[in-house]
Amino acid sequence: MTTNIKNISIVKQKSSRDDLTMRVCMILIGLFLAIAILLPLYTMLSKSLENKEGAFIGISNYVEYFSTPSLFLSAYNSILLSAIGTIILLLVTFIYAYALTRTQMPFKWFFKIIAIIPLLTPSMLGGISLVYWFGNQGVAKGLLMGESIYGPIGIVMGSVYWVFPHALMIIITALSITDARLYEAAVALRTSKIKTFFMVTIPSCKFGLISAGFVVFILIFTDFGVPKVIGGMYNMLATDIYKQVIGQQNFQMGAVVAVVLLIPAIIAFSVDRFVQRKQVALLSASAVPYEPKKSKGLDLTMLMFCSFIAFLIICMIGMAQYAALIKFWPYNLSFTLDNFNFDLIEGGGWGSYFNSIRLSIYTALIGSIIIFFGAYLVEKGRGFSFGRNAFHAVAMIPLAVPGMALGLAYIFFFNNPNNPLNFLYGTMGILVISTITHFYTVSHLTATTALKQMDPEFESVSASLKTPFFRSFQKITAPICMPAILDISVYLFLNAMTTVSAVVFLYSTNTRLASIAVLNMDDQGELAMAAAMAMMIAYTCGGVRILHAIGTHNILGKTQRWRSK
Amino acid sequence: MHHENAQPYLQIRNLTKKFGEFIALKDISIDIIENEFVCFLGPSGCGKTTLLRVIAGLDIQTYGSIIQAGKDISSLPPSERDFGIVFQSYALFPNLTITRNVAVGLENVGMPAPKVQHRVDELLELVGLVDQKDKYPAQLSGGQQQRVALARAMAISPGLLLLDEPLSALDAKVRSRLRHEIKELQHKFAVTTIMVTHDQEEALTMADRIVVMDNGIIEQVGKPEEIYRSPKTKFVADFVGTMNFLSGTIVSNGTAKVGDVVLTCDTEDLPVGSSVMVAIRPEEINARNITNSDSNIVQIEVLHIEFLGSFCRVKLGGGDLKDVSLRADFSISLTRLLSIKVGLKLKVSLPSKFICIYLTD
Ligand SMILES: Nc1ncnc2c1ncn2[C@@H]1O[C@H](COP(=O)(O)OP(=O)(O)O)[C@@H](O)[C@H]1O
Ligand SMILES: [Mg+2]
Repeated sequence: MTTNIKNISIVKQKSSRDDLTMRVCMILIGLFLAIAILLPLYTMLSKSLENKEGAFIGISNYVEYFSTPSLFLSAYNSILLSAIGTIILLLVTFIYAYALTRTQMPFKWFFKIIAIIPLLTPSMLGGISLVYWFGNQGVAKGLLMGESIYGPIGIVMGSVYWVFPHALMIIITALSITDARLYEAAVALRTSKIKTFFMVTIPSCKFGLISAGFVVFILIFTDFGVPKVIGGMYNMLATDIYKQVIGQQNFQMGAVVAVVLLIPAIIAFSVDRFVQRKQVALLSASAVPYEPKKSKGLDLTMLMFCSFIAFLIICMIGMAQYAALIKFWPYNLSFTLDNFNFDLIEGGGWGSYFNSIRLSIYTALIGSIIIFFGAYLVEKGRGFSFGRNAFHAVAMIPLAVPGMALGLAYIFFFNNPNNPLNFLYGTMGILVISTITHFYTVSHLTATTALKQMDPEFESVSASLKTPFFRSFQKITAPICMPAILDISVYLFLNAMTTVSAVVFLYSTNTRLASIAVLNMDDQGELAMAAAMAMMIAYTCGGVRILHAIGTHNILGKTQRWRSK
Repeated sequence: MHHENAQPYLQIRNLTKKFGEFIALKDISIDIIENEFVCFLGPSGCGKTTLLRVIAGLDIQTYGSIIQAGKDISSLPPSERDFGIVFQSYALFPNLTITRNVAVGLENVGMPAPKVQHRVDELLELVGLVDQKDKYPAQLSGGQQQRVALARAMAISPGLLLLDEPLSALDAKVRSRLRHEIKELQHKFAVTTIMVTHDQEEALTMADRIVVMDNGIIEQVGKPEEIYRSPKTKFVADFVGTMNFLSGTIVSNGTAKVGDVVLTCDTEDLPVGSSVMVAIRPEEINARNITNSDSNIVQIEVLHIEFLGSFCRVKLGGGDLKDVSLRADFSISLTRLLSIKVGLKLKVSLPSKFICIYLTD
């Protein structure tokens, strides 16, 4: 061995051209994110500290907010109803998910499909149906025993309806990752079924339950559609922002309410991230998947329970469908397609439906490319770990930002005449940007997960073969991750189709959307037409879901022939 | 192909690699000559893969330099270094056919399509997979995938071939056949090769030279026979092959005492009185035709016999060695000749030239 000690200095690797190109691309997408989320939020935050003339006044707006009982009351209302809704949802979804994952209940496929339905419609649809069921002229008004549906009862029911699939997905995942050997051990130790449930089942999915709890809480807390349609005089934070900004043109107070809405969301989001990180560590690589056994009593009970829930979901969507097809509730129940004549009224129109389709296609196409490519650069880039970590952190933020807050922040940021991006205001472009941003995080995480599952040595081999990164991205990474990319684009499409919260501040007369039209029709008392438009959204989303299922199936079957075996 | 000068092809100098506080490689220096087949051998976690990745530039060393073919590549990114690599997982691109997998590298260097096709056929011919060329990796057996990975790595004729445990994902039969094939291919390609393995048998049969590593340092570098016959450290003696370690003391220059027996051996200038390990391989213990001219004759008793097919591993103890025991490998014919059975007392010789001495740590 030679001992030719060289001067001891730390070796730094030179960056290849590809490394630099990748960094530049990542910085560009990072800049997009910064402009699309950080700067608007910052602008909104500073607006909340200004008076109407734009002078800095410290926290006076907040003092005013918290000393105005009517405003403060809506914060209380939001928290209360979100908590009630969360508890109901956790109970219901847990049992439903348990039936789907841990029993041999028949017709699981049917219950899985039914559970997806609320995802296909704007959140307002539940509210509209509730009006038909329990409103002043509702069919089942008697069931409320004199209480009014317009208010807390309606908000909780409508929220539970549309948040159900979101909660269900998380809890199903939590119940799916378990180790069968724990149950075998419990049986071997002659532990009773009830005791096993509380000693094994609940602890093993507690993180999933907690996580679902937070997600559900935020969704209800920040939702705008349901309280808008069925809240009546009952004030919630999300509707307050709308009233302050659209009704009273009080932007500063709107910003304050948005910040008040944002803070609990950020707290809940941080706790959720923390909890999820714990859950990952829970499952050892050697865990054995659980195979549920047949049990007549349990399976039958679960079948009855799930049928009941499925029945309620069908009642909700079914009523909206029915309402969309009849002449004049409740006096003339003959069928008609008149309600689909959207062009008859102000603020609706078929144009808004096609705008929504355009928005959804742009969002799905541009969004999935940007988001997947960004995740690729973060996951597979070499060196520059500061930049990559920063990118990843910024990509997490949108999930914590309620749509109402995002929309308002966009007004402040893009509507400023001094902003060079001001030209975007009122265009389809700003709707696309806000929608991509609003749903960035979940898509980014989907992409990251798919990329992490790839053999990390692909990049090493590609480097040794001198493959330029865009080539290996295009020929190797993207094709392998195609199912995930499709998932992302469909997720973006469905959300773009149904969202109202951010875009309600951003649309112009030329870029009115279907979901906004539903709101406007409801505002004008054209409930049947609102139901018809909501159903148009539902048909479209349902169709896209089916196309996605077929497409994924075909891709797995054909171009990804290599996956077999 | 021949050494134009005395310069080794790859010069690794004082490499240190830290992962945070943890030091994975400590001051590693090795020279590798052209067309040599070198194995990095060591227990899992000793830093073999890290060293290989540093040579490829996939990880960057904290200190130290690497010179390949006279060019300092210490800080170059992997895409600017000249190597082909095969991983334990093979990392074949699952969505490309075998042909396309092998062709990727050739297309990247801008070779025209007909030539690419020709070269791919040539390579697949060489690894015996021409008839599989339109299949996808998942449709091949492990051994076939391994050869595709090799063909892909060799496609652009790199100056250096790096193999990280290329055989460990295969079952025993395929493994021993592929050892042979890889060695042959390496010869045909005439490429300087480094292979990482934790399997000593693999290293002994395939390597021109072995680098034995432990805990991020090099324990010994040498030809397989050297490593096996005269392990420089107790670690190497223990890790490569089987070894008897008998604790004893140096009694004079040239003798060591174990139990009641004084053994003559090379004591390497260790001071009298040092506690040492006296080491001898089981197969070097001789029991046939012992005469007084044999060195280190020991009276001993058979304690236990383990039948291992072509030979027996016999546990010997008592007699002169007192409570020290050792294992000896006797061929079946010898076992029959001496009618070895438990309780038999016999004389064995521990030939001086096969004894190694290590200081007790
Ligand atoms: N990226 C890394 N970060 C931290 N420690 C690492 C990393 N890669 C390897 N190590 C550590 O370095 C040591 C050597 O690893 P490795 O070279 O893979 O061992 P071998 O290939 O000999 O089994 C191990 O203790 C391992 O835990
Ligand atoms: Mg290794």
